[in-house]
Amino acid sequence: MTTDHRRQTTDHGRRTTQYGAQMLEPNLPRRKAIGVVWEGVALLAILLGIAMLLTLLVKVFLDGLPYLRPQLFTEFPSRFPDKAGLRSALQGSIWLMVMTALLSFPLGVGAGIYLEEFAPKNALTRFIEINVANLAGVPSIIYGLLGLGLFVRGLGLGRSLLAGVLTMTLVILPIIIVSTREALRAVPASIREAALALGASRWEMVRDHVLVYSMGGILTGMILALSRAIGETAPLITIGALTYIAFDLRGPLDIFTVLPIQIFNWVSMPQAAFQRLAAAGIIVLLALLLTMNALAIWLRNRLQKRW
Amino acid sequence: MKAILLLLALVSVLTTLGIIYVLFQETVLFFRQVSFAQFFLDTRWTPLFLSKRFGIWPLVNGTVLVATGAMMVALPLGLLAAIFMSEFANERVRRILKPFLEVLAGVPTVVYGYFALTFITPILRAIFPQTQIFNAASAAIAMGFMILPMVASLSEDALYAVPNSLREAAYALGATRWEVATQVVVPAALSGIAAAFILAISRAVGETMIVAIAAGQQPKLTLNPLESIETMTAYIVQVSLGDTPHGTLEYQTIFAVGMMLFLMTLGMNVASHLLARRFREVYE
Repeated sequence: MTTDHRRQTTDHGRRTTQYGAQMLEPNLPRRKAIGVVWEGVALLAILLGIAMLLTLLVKVFLDGLPYLRPQLFTEFPSRFPDKAGLRSALQGSIWLMVMTALLSFPLGVGAGIYLEEFAPKNALTRFIEINVANLAGVPSIIYGLLGLGLFVRGLGLGRSLLAGVLTMTLVILPIIIVSTREALRAVPASIREAALALGASRWEMVRDHVLVYSMGGILTGMILALSRAIGETAPLITIGALTYIAFDLRGPLDIFTVLPIQIFNWVSMPQAAFQRLAAAGIIVLLALLLTMNALAIWLRNRLQKRW
Repeated sequence: MKAILLLLALVSVLTTLGIIYVLFQETVLFFRQVSFAQFFLDTRWTPLFLSKRFGIWPLVNGTVLVATGAMMVALPLGLLAAIFMSEFANERVRRILKPFLEVLAGVPTVVYGYFALTFITPILRAIFPQTQIFNAASAAIAMGFMILPMVASLSEDALYAVPNSLREAAYALGATRWEVATQVVVPAALSGIAAAFILAISRAVGETMIVAIAAGQQPKLTLNPLESIETMTAYIVQVSLGDTPHGTLEYQTIFAVGMMLFLMTLGMNVASHLLARRFREVYE
């Protein structure tokens, strides 16, 4: 033990002298050059990611462009690639998005308001907060199993649009709660104090002042959550959303399909023509996402107040 | 009003309870017919065949293989990107690069699956002719790029939180910019970076569509990334696509696999939160 320790000390002493020698001769040009090279490598890492993204977009557009024609939007899926379209998938995606928005908005924003404005600092609040954080990390396919067990079988909704809406609502709920809380937190305390000082109740303060000022941020978060929902595939496959639907969607209890599932179905086909149809479907999906993101950015710039 | 809002907040708790209840209920039914030994000691997974075997390891092997490959792409690139963004890029460069990374993260996973199958796989097959059409490597590469922005953004937050006084002290001792970044800032942010890495692994383990499209449906024990494999998530998709009647053993397998998946990701998410919290306590 003692010998070891002594040896360590000598080692350490020797190392110090080495450092000392280095300090006399810092070799700065070489160390700076190493730094510049690595800085370039780090930039390259980002550029590699961006190059991958651009390659993906170009590849998808080149593959899909020939099938990006009116029939893609007006026809139902078909065994013949030339007759196949996205009609039922587009209907399903739009219905799903609207209904999920209507359901998840009050649930998520309400929960966010409670946690940010009303919740006392106690064990229950902490438990809810940890729980929301954990739910955000649960793989989406697990939500699909939940939907299958609870909504499709338990409530007997079958493979209906409503079962899909309920499942998707649970998937995006944590995202909405977190973004709502961030939007509320951005409103300065002086606004709250002013409202309370004038005799408003806590709820009046939130409803008439804090919510008004934070609505831009809340809506932005909402749109981003919905753009996640529209690209999400796994939970809907698990609850059994079908791919071959050759009739118009009439109501929430109908069976349904959505864009990403139709794309997945076409990708899985062996014929090259269906792969190209899948690429065309991807273009439509990306265009939809781009529109939503542009809307979110526009809303953020327009409604968000800087303090 | 407060009570109503509390009820809305409790929906999230009910969701967790619902997940645990549904998974637990079907998993118990599964283990009434299949013993723990069959599940954990067998080396083959063939519940959809005539001679049924229920060894979970081939699925876990496939999942770990793809996740490992994805991390070999996402972790180094993500960390380098984070170092560049936090320590080297000025505000203008950040404003240009950041949106690209955000778009990269926002592309739906089914699109990455398409890209893996129709672009990455042909390239792999040109370089390594023995590569199978469906293979782990292709899915892993696509998944790595999908997860890169998440690693970059979370690590950047951790680096950004390191107080400037540490950087200034190192500069005063004569360190170069790169030395400050790698020998002072990164070690100081290590627990935050580790939290980001663990979250990234958890994300890779739970990722579904890329592997369902590009990695194949052959559960097997292999370390060769050029072979066709099957992950836990891809198995759940495979059974869900068929019309498996409720109450059968095949139906229950996806819940047993789901339970395994849930426990694995939950463990990693909790570990990540604990690490991240430790790191926040140091610098705030």
